[in-house]
Amino acid sequence: MTVVESETARQPSQGLGRRVTFPRVVRAEWIRFRSLRSTWITLAVTVVFVIGLGALFTAARAAHWPPRDPGELVTFDPTRTSLGGTFLAQLAVGVLGVLVVTGEYATGMIRATFTAVPRRLSVLSARSLVFAVVTVLVLVPSCVLAFVLGQHFLSPKHIQTDFSAPGVTRAVIGAGLYLVAVGLLGVALGWLLRHTAGAIAVLVSLLLIIPILVHFLPDPWPDRISKWLPGEAGQALWAVRPDPNTLAPWAGFGVLMAYVAAGLIAAAFLLHRRDV
Amino acid sequence: MRLIELVGLTKRYGAKVAVDDLTVTIRPGVVTGFLGPNGAGKSTTMRLVLGLDRPTSGTARVNGREYVGLGAPLREVGALLEARSLHAGRTARNHLRVLAATHGIGPSRVDELLEFVGLTEVANKRVGAFSLGMGQRLGVAAALLGDPSVLLLDEPANGLDPEGMRWIRHLLSRLAAEGRTVFVSSHVMSEMQQIAEHLVVIGRGRLIADCPVDEFVARGTGFKVRVRSPRLAQLVALLVDAGAVVEEERDAAEVSGLTAEEIGELAAGEQIVLHELAPVGASLEEAFMQLTSDAVEYHGMDRP
Repeated sequence: MTVVESETARQPSQGLGRRVTFPRVVRAEWIRFRSLRSTWITLAVTVVFVIGLGALFTAARAAHWPPRDPGELVTFDPTRTSLGGTFLAQLAVGVLGVLVVTGEYATGMIRATFTAVPRRLSVLSARSLVFAVVTVLVLVPSCVLAFVLGQHFLSPKHIQTDFSAPGVTRAVIGAGLYLVAVGLLGVALGWLLRHTAGAIAVLVSLLLIIPILVHFLPDPWPDRISKWLPGEAGQALWAVRPDPNTLAPWAGFGVLMAYVAAGLIAAAFLLHRRDV
Repeated sequence: MRLIELVGLTKRYGAKVAVDDLTVTIRPGVVTGFLGPNGAGKSTTMRLVLGLDRPTSGTARVNGREYVGLGAPLREVGALLEARSLHAGRTARNHLRVLAATHGIGPSRVDELLEFVGLTEVANKRVGAFSLGMGQRLGVAAALLGDPSVLLLDEPANGLDPEGMRWIRHLLSRLAAEGRTVFVSSHVMSEMQQIAEHLVVIGRGRLIADCPVDEFVARGTGFKVRVRSPRLAQLVALLVDAGAVVEEERDAAEVSGLTAEEIGELAAGEQIVLHELAPVGASLEEAFMQLTSDAVEYHGMDRP
């Protein structure tokens, strides 16, 4: 091998870079995010769940309209039906949030990451920021598209709604923001637990299992507790009809974001203290 | 300042002491080997220097500062860790770009280094498919990204073929000749003899030796060289005259007290043909058992 003879290892300082700054860490995190195929696949799966299932639910509803049960004539919510895919999409985006962190621990990349940026909190902040911006840009439009497509499928039966109806715009945008928040919850759990399987198990428990368990409690505890759980609280943001058992839309989303913030702060604290 | 200073460096994991009161300074201009059997605490020491683990007590400083306080760490320290430190799903080029971007190091420097380590053709392949040797080359490229004055390499010879070994040996001695501090760990004595001029030796986390390689070998720590020759008897007499201790077997001899180079030169001087001239690595581990068992007994007496 003759490369040894070249003088490549020692070059004038041009292009050799300077100090580590937060904007540079953000840029590195963006390259890190976009340079993994699995990231885009998981994000695409999330989008397919939101739009595909929304289309499926609305098309199926229109095909079977009016419903056999007259009660459904009253409870039917065209916005919620078109956003039904969010229930499955939240798992995909949550897993994506977990993986952008635990993927580094599983492969050992985390050591290279913290060797380049010893101030670990700036890695945590930059990664959360990049994740939030990308998922907002992808998932909010996906929810808008799911809504528009869903109303298109419902329109032959004249049961569609539109953005001018009260609460609809907030609900459609809110479904996208809800997904972003769940993804960030995954990011926080990834930092806290550092293992993919464990973090996903906790995420699924928080979103799906604990809400079921709560219903085994005697009245009035289920109603008292449910609305404060992260999933139930956040889902208030994309409900069009007010439900006496849930929090107000933005208050509920605030509670979900408080869970996210608490998770990230705990993660930052542990990240600072623990060995890599 | 281009040096690594460890002062009273100690790391405990629960009751287990991984690094035990290590005080040593690694200087620029020569390749310093960091030698010890597996589990001696070499990798832990490297992780402590890089701020990945926190010392229980003591300090590790690079160029006069703790690693965590460096404003542009890649420009001062390049590290190749023993355990793989890359994401299998990323391409070689993107792996380097991620690290480079944190310091505002441009893509042209990344391509330059890929060329330098001979990975240009596979730059866009995902590193999960890389052999151990290719992974090591990529690790070397990552370590050199910021043209650092201090290099830390944990078992760089791992997985390298003989050509790769030669490559890394030349690279390290050239980096040292440029005035950099080069600190390289290995658990194989024969590798260290080829690569390093100076040695820091540890066993069970404690410092055993901090001296030039020749001096360590001359101390007779149990390091041996195996020789075979059609004129073995004549060779043995020559080596004994030169101060070596020789154990003869049927058609071979194990020599301690002389390096392979010295034996080769002595034989050449008398025009004795050698059929084998091989440092015997296993004996190093024996030497460690000896040296470290003393340390443990001493430790035991120290306790109340």
